[in-house]
Amino acid sequence: MGLKQKLDSLKKKYQGTKMEPAFNAFHTFLYTPNDTTQSGAHIRVADDLKRTMNMVVLALIPCLIFGAFNTGYQHYLAMGEISRASSGFFSPEFWTWQNFSAGALAILPILIVSYVVGLGVEFIFATIKGHEVEEGYLVTGMLVPLIVPVDIPLWMLTVAIIFGVVLGKEVFGGTGMNILNPALTIRAFLFFAYPTWMSGDKVWVLDAVKKAGTPDAISGETILGSMAQGNTMSYHVSDMFYGFIPGSIGETSTLLIILAGLFLIFTKIGSWRIMISTFVGAAVMGLIFNYVADSGIISESSKFYGLMSMPYWQHLLIGGLAFGAVYMATDPVTASQTNKGKWIYGFLIGFIAIMIRIFNPAYPEGVMLSILLMNVFAPTIDHYVINGNIKKRLKRIKVKAA
Amino acid sequence: MPKDITIKKGLTIRLKGDAQKTLSKAPRSRTFVIKPSDFHLITPKMVVKEGAKLQAGDVLFYAKKNEQIKFVSPVSGTLTTIERGAKRKITALIIEADSEDRYKNFGTIDPNSMKPEEIKEHLLSSGCWAFIKQRPYDIIANPDVTPKAIFVSAYSTAPQAADYDFTLLGKEKELQTAVVALSKLTSGTIHVSVGKNSNNPFTKIKNIELHRISGPHPAGNVSTQINKIDPINKGETVWTLTPQDLVIIGELLLTGKFNAERVIALAGCSVKTPKYYTTKIGAEVATFIYDSGLIDENVRVINGTVLSGSTISPKGHLGYYINTVSVIPEGNDYEFFGWAKPVFNKLSTTRSLTFSWLFPKKEMCLSTNTNGEHRAFVMTGLYEEVFPMDMYPLQMLKSCLYKDLDEMEALGMYEVAPEDFALTEVVCISKQPHQKIIRDGLDLMYKEIG
Repeated sequence: MGLKQKLDSLKKKYQGTKMEPAFNAFHTFLYTPNDTTQSGAHIRVADDLKRTMNMVVLALIPCLIFGAFNTGYQHYLAMGEISRASSGFFSPEFWTWQNFSAGALAILPILIVSYVVGLGVEFIFATIKGHEVEEGYLVTGMLVPLIVPVDIPLWMLTVAIIFGVVLGKEVFGGTGMNILNPALTIRAFLFFAYPTWMSGDKVWVLDAVKKAGTPDAISGETILGSMAQGNTMSYHVSDMFYGFIPGSIGETSTLLIILAGLFLIFTKIGSWRIMISTFVGAAVMGLIFNYVADSGIISESSKFYGLMSMPYWQHLLIGGLAFGAVYMATDPVTASQTNKGKWIYGFLIGFIAIMIRIFNPAYPEGVMLSILLMNVFAPTIDHYVINGNIKKRLKRIKVKAA
Repeated sequence: MPKDITIKKGLTIRLKGDAQKTLSKAPRSRTFVIKPSDFHLITPKMVVKEGAKLQAGDVLFYAKKNEQIKFVSPVSGTLTTIERGAKRKITALIIEADSEDRYKNFGTIDPNSMKPEEIKEHLLSSGCWAFIKQRPYDIIANPDVTPKAIFVSAYSTAPQAADYDFTLLGKEKELQTAVVALSKLTSGTIHVSVGKNSNNPFTKIKNIELHRISGPHPAGNVSTQINKIDPINKGETVWTLTPQDLVIIGELLLTGKFNAERVIALAGCSVKTPKYYTTKIGAEVATFIYDSGLIDENVRVINGTVLSGSTISPKGHLGYYINTVSVIPEGNDYEFFGWAKPVFNKLSTTRSLTFSWLFPKKEMCLSTNTNGEHRAFVMTGLYEEVFPMDMYPLQMLKSCLYKDLDEMEALGMYEVAPEDFALTEVVCISKQPHQKIIRDGLDLMYKEIG
């Protein structure tokens, strides 16, 4: 008896029992089910939610691998063991086995904890509530390691994931019903629950926490962190674009994120409307602040001056803006669901992100907050867009009556 | 002067096994079956008993809510069985057919010289009223309401649907007579849509407003055409008929006989020689399916197109409104890592390792597999690409699910029929049953608003 027949008989055995959702999750992972159409159209497209989510995971893998290299690179760079990458994206100083292995060793536990804890919560809820295990967490589980600093303690991550998945998603009814992006809910929980950990200059480089206070202490600050304190930028623009900078594990390489974004647009999984309008919104806000700084409305002594006078296009390269625009804002469940609404939604995310970035030096990374904020307002945007359509239909009657 | 309408959004699904344009006569069926479930929301009240001898055109039952609407036998023979389901609901009427049809004579009539009331009465008593459907709700028309217009789509864009340019050949006289009769029942005009370059018999017919349509499916759906020509507002009613039913009405008026003859397309990649057959409403589909032969055993026989037909057994019978029978492979098998591997031979509107976009002209043989499990609505923006009306399909489906009548009404439910959501259902990644959701929504509105 082959594996297929064995699983089929097991499926019949578990039918109607508490174990059904958990078993089906494993079974449908191995085999697409033998379900046939029961009502309506008799044929269906080849795509299912697993395939869709898998595309996003595929688009995230380059960021994860780059993150591993970058983690090792920043570590050894801070230790003074290697020199800066100097010859473009394929600099030999960066793509070394030493960098990768150090980074991978640090990231792998985070990745495993993310999937085991998150999927565990999903399975428990699916079993209790008797619904299918939905694939939403496949992406969330991949996003989480990429948006946390590398030195995060695993217990902190565990607490945050349980909080984020339960309160961010399951209480609303699971995948498809949530209001806030679960990955960002996890990130926001970490930030507000452990602010001293998450906002210092210690967590962004591997081992910086361990070495703090010792003679060979290292510090690595994100660009935004240092600029918010009024320091001048110490990185070259190309470093920011390629991603050779400290930051959350997977969000530094704007180049790779743009490539992944193009892949998502090509596969029609990610919304190009949201991605483009987010960048446009950020650029517009950046230009406004550039104008404010250039026209002397605020003086150079102002604490906002550093970030405000930064050329608007550099805002698009640093921090989590690109990552947020491509992977987070486009989450179809929490974004606007109408095409017109997506333009407004994306634009406001970019716009507000830069505003928060500049006016809130305590937490210069505004992208997370602005996406969460717009998640909350997405249904409102949709409401007005749809109302416009309804009014058009009502007008038709009035024209007729007149 | 025909008006051109171009539909941009939609999806042309190319399937293997299109019906060849040759017409054969299907062998005479031994039994004929009328299923009351074909007449949505109609509760039958029987007029004849088991064992009754019938002529073609004799009344079988009428609608419980409206006694005027009668349903007649398509052939002459003996009503052998009245099949009943739960709560004694009638599920099927089985008629054992005579070898030759004897027709009830309704008398030949010239619609030009008749009053609207007389025409209405004639159509009601001859059972032809069942062919007249109304929007909103997509149900058999209420005879007490005068429609603002009548719509007929003679352009088929659904995959493998019978081609009206072919099935209506030589039916000009019947169509013209039916059109004249119906034009007296509406305060507006009869809108007929044909393909852009077609020389459909309708192009020669008077008393209609002809529209030329082009574009992918659902350009041929009558709702799409209504929406572009003269959309339905709240409180308005329009009637819709299919051309094949107009032929039956026309013949009734011309000859006095209710001749339930149909030209149907037999199509699908499980059929050996897909082609057109002449048969009658309610006939056994086996009479022509086995005439043309099947390629494999594990098949699904569909009364209608693959988009909105209903499943029947290979021993089942032709539905009342059907002009296409499709036979496609059942997909009740597992596929190893089917969600992860690249897909070349299945339909997909995305490019997520699915490569059907590389071969837009390729004809595919699709099975009934859902290619995934049922999920909550997650993806957005995909339905809009295949939905040509200026509405929000996702929001409409959701409003039907949470039964908000005001919202359903505001979003445009009066204008749609379940078949309009066939394409969104096909492309749905969450495998939601769109047509059922819309049907249930319309039924709820009918019940609550009326």
